Amino acid sequence: MIGILRRTAKPIALAACIAGASIGNAFAQDDSDTIKVGILHSLSGTMAISETTLKDVMLMLIEEQNEKGGLLGKKLEAVVVDPASDWPLFAEKARQLISQDKVAAVFGCWTSVSRKSVLPVFEELNGLLFYPVQYEGEESSKNIFYTGAAPNQQAIPAVDYLADQGVERWVLAGTDYVYPRTTNKILEQYLKDNGVAEEDIMINYTPFGHSDWQSIVSEIKAFGSAGKKTAVVSTINGDANVPFYKELANQGIEATDIPVVAFSVGEEELAGIDTAPLVGHLAAWNYFMSLDTPENDDFIDSWLEFIGDDDRVSNDPMEAHYIGFNMWVKAVEKAGTTDPDAVIDAMIGVAVPNLSGGYSAMMPNHHITKPVLIGEIQDDGQFGIVWETPGLVPGDAWSDYLPDSKPLISDWREPLGCGNFNTETGQCGGAS
Amino acid sequence: MSVRPPDAPNRSRAFLAALACLALVLFLLAPAAVHAQSEHGAEDLRPLLSGLNNGRDFDKTAEGIRAIAATGNPAAAALLQSFRAGNLEVRKSDDRIVRVEKRGGETVAIDPLTGEVLGELRRRDTRRISINNNLRNLVDEVVAGMTLRADDPAIRQTAAREMLAAASADNIEPLRAALAEETDASVRQTMERALAASLLRSDASLEDKRAAMETVAALGDRQALQLLTLAASDPELSERANRLIAGVERQLAFWEVAQNVWFGISLGSVLLLAAIGLAITFGVMGVINMAHGEMVMLGAYTTFVVQETIRIHYPGLFEASLAIALPLAFCVSGLIGILIERSVIRWLYGRPLETLLATWGISLILQQAVRVLFGASNREVGNPDWMSGAFQLGGMSITYSRLSIVIFSLIVFGLLVLLLQRTAFGLQIRAVTQNRRMASTMGIRTPWTDALTFGLGSGVAGIAGVALSQIDNVSPNLGQGYIIDSFLVVVFGGVGNLWGTFVGALSLGILNKFLEPYAGAVLGKILVLVLIILFIQKRPRGLFPQKGRAAEG
Repeated sequence: MIGILRRTAKPIALAACIAGASIGNAFAQDDSDTIKVGILHSLSGTMAISETTLKDVMLMLIEEQNEKGGLLGKKLEAVVVDPASDWPLFAEKARQLISQDKVAAVFGCWTSVSRKSVLPVFEELNGLLFYPVQYEGEESSKNIFYTGAAPNQQAIPAVDYLADQGVERWVLAGTDYVYPRTTNKILEQYLKDNGVAEEDIMINYTPFGHSDWQSIVSEIKAFGSAGKKTAVVSTINGDANVPFYKELANQGIEATDIPVVAFSVGEEELAGIDTAPLVGHLAAWNYFMSLDTPENDDFIDSWLEFIGDDDRVSNDPMEAHYIGFNMWVKAVEKAGTTDPDAVIDAMIGVAVPNLSGGYSAMMPNHHITKPVLIGEIQDDGQFGIVWETPGLVPGDAWSDYLPDSKPLISDWREPLGCGNFNTETGQCGGAS
Repeated sequence: MSVRPPDAPNRSRAFLAALACLALVLFLLAPAAVHAQSEHGAEDLRPLLSGLNNGRDFDKTAEGIRAIAATGNPAAAALLQSFRAGNLEVRKSDDRIVRVEKRGGETVAIDPLTGEVLGELRRRDTRRISINNNLRNLVDEVVAGMTLRADDPAIRQTAAREMLAAASADNIEPLRAALAEETDASVRQTMERALAASLLRSDASLEDKRAAMETVAALGDRQALQLLTLAASDPELSERANRLIAGVERQLAFWEVAQNVWFGISLGSVLLLAAIGLAITFGVMGVINMAHGEMVMLGAYTTFVVQETIRIHYPGLFEASLAIALPLAFCVSGLIGILIERSVIRWLYGRPLETLLATWGISLILQQAVRVLFGASNREVGNPDWMSGAFQLGGMSITYSRLSIVIFSLIVFGLLVLLLQRTAFGLQIRAVTQNRRMASTMGIRTPWTDALTFGLGSGVAGIAGVALSQIDNVSPNLGQGYIIDSFLVVVFGGVGNLWGTFVGALSLGILNKFLEPYAGAVLGKILVLVLIILFIQKRPRGLFPQKGRAAEG
């Protein structure tokens, strides 16, 4: 108990300081000695479980940048707001950050619905948002930089890997909302294009926070005992994963029988489970804490020191923020100003080191290049990397496996300057 | 490595020097030990060890595994198993393959062949040897081949099961050889089945296959179905095979229904546990308690704290952690319940809307308090060994955790009914809720009874939290997932009636599980909701409405 209190004491004190700082600075808006950076992550409500860490990592990055002398000769200052897992509140807080606090850039959002809710605000007020989470694609905004994975940087390579391992029968299991539905639509088309028969694909959706997995796991078990090697591709979100994995383990499904590859389960999510029965289940990400590179070792060292708890883990969205923040810093330095238009122009082509030992670059469609890694869960809650793409994979905003988005491309450079250019009709403005 | 203390470079250099000294001393002392072990020939495997370490070239590692297995060395099985478990790592300082083990609080490197301790390890001293699922399967297969004639019947049984699952034609000869000398009846049976399964996958004679089909059909599971379908493609066998298939399918259909009933009962018991506390606070007292879910959550967190304390101070007590957590969870949730009743709810009796809003506010406060205290992420609550795993009952598998929860919910329910019907306190509760003024004139301290009743309901919710921590994740949001379902159960069963809650929970559970396979989990849930709305239209007071004067109260 005392250990817990001590462990949490530092973040609390820190949060209090920041809250104080941001209130104090609301009165000094034209303070030209600092550049403000907005952090728009839920610190309460259901998404706090994932987003709180991202707020912490942003505070660490800003602190480190200040130790290096800040940006353009000014100190950076974090403005933390709490949208409380409430989607309309995201839009309100975004508006407050841009027009009231006058932040130069915002790092935030986790769920797609929160991003969709702030998108019009950023476009209207010409702000900058860095979005660090893997998502379903089918979007490209002038004001948003997508540093998480698009489906072709996560889902499709994962399926390729499993097919290479001899998997012929597929369960696409997901939570019932936009990200899993879109991803599964893309995957279904991709699998069919690659000769997988209709009856070898099982699609299953469950409500948010589903906790009784008995019948679904036993259905998967039955589906998987038809003689062909079967795998589960899971887009199950958030809290529902823990009972799902527990049920798998209880019903005796091991990774050697039916492997589960997940796109929403990382080191942070595994921290709440006994991973011994899960050894061998997979996850596809662009970063794993177990990466053996000097950059990653440094990052983990400073993260553990910053958070003051050696048991904490790092994960993929944290790396996305690391990349996004460094890209923004570099673009501001290149542009010599924090003016949004200048920075948006300067962002394209900026390349910064990622934590897997290479460089990630911002592309004209506002997505970035990343390696794709497949890891297997180990008994210590970490992932053993079993496969990685030979090179970097550029993020594709508009999937080639959906008929509506196939002809669309995104290129924010002049003269095109369009997020959804239709190559068939030659017009900017989507499929219709 | 999971231990990651940040260390100064010079300190680590000094440490490495010390380590080197230690290694040297051990090396000088070692020969005697090594000699004793090498009589079994474990040392012969040393040149092959490096064959396991090929980075991500898994095909090459597979060759290495086969090479080790091919030696027939008695130490090979243990070596491969520790490789499969992911315990073999490469020490970066000398590129030596070591087995990593936690001993006490320290991580030590151990020679994988001699068992000799090579020294302590720190974070990033070693690199894991990559292994993937296909390699794990391969190890299982070759280890099964090696241990099919082991001394321990349990090991032979595992090996035979592995061969049954693999059903590979390569295993026919080893299985026949092992069967010839097998004495244990149950291992024999598994081996015979494994042999039959392997025969169906081979080009054995028709007679052999015919006999094998009968043995395989006795398995009565999906693997049998799949093997028989394979056999049915042979025109000579197809008639008998199809008849056997029909039989297996009938069995499977029967067990599927049984399995669904079981799943329904199990879901029902979870609903019952979650709702039973509410049946008291809402059902008996009439308080619309939106903070009920948080009482469940507090119970789960109590379990977490108990387990943490046990893990740190009394590791031997882990198996009893849930038993210890139960009374504590009851007290924690119960006391907080009493506190809430005394400070907020007692001012709001008879004003349902205000109670609803106030308790909802309390639920948010409790959630955020837990978030601040324990952090927003999930907390790990372990399953004691006796609650892990499953057993086979005919064609369905029953997990111990679910079975324990079903039994546990029945016990809690039974005790609560006894408490309400057979004790003086229960009498007082019923008296106060039925006619407050009359009870008061009879000398019952009604405010005190109110507080205790609310505390009882909250405490029972805390107990439910202990059980739910075993199947759900322990996070500040835990309670939110159960609050709606709990209200559904209580309203459906009939407000004020514990038996109604019991029947309501079980019937909703079973209904849900029968709808799920056909309608899917999302639509299933919606259908249940629609059915309940229709039912409430017809019978507004639920399954078991209260009758008589109590109904007007």
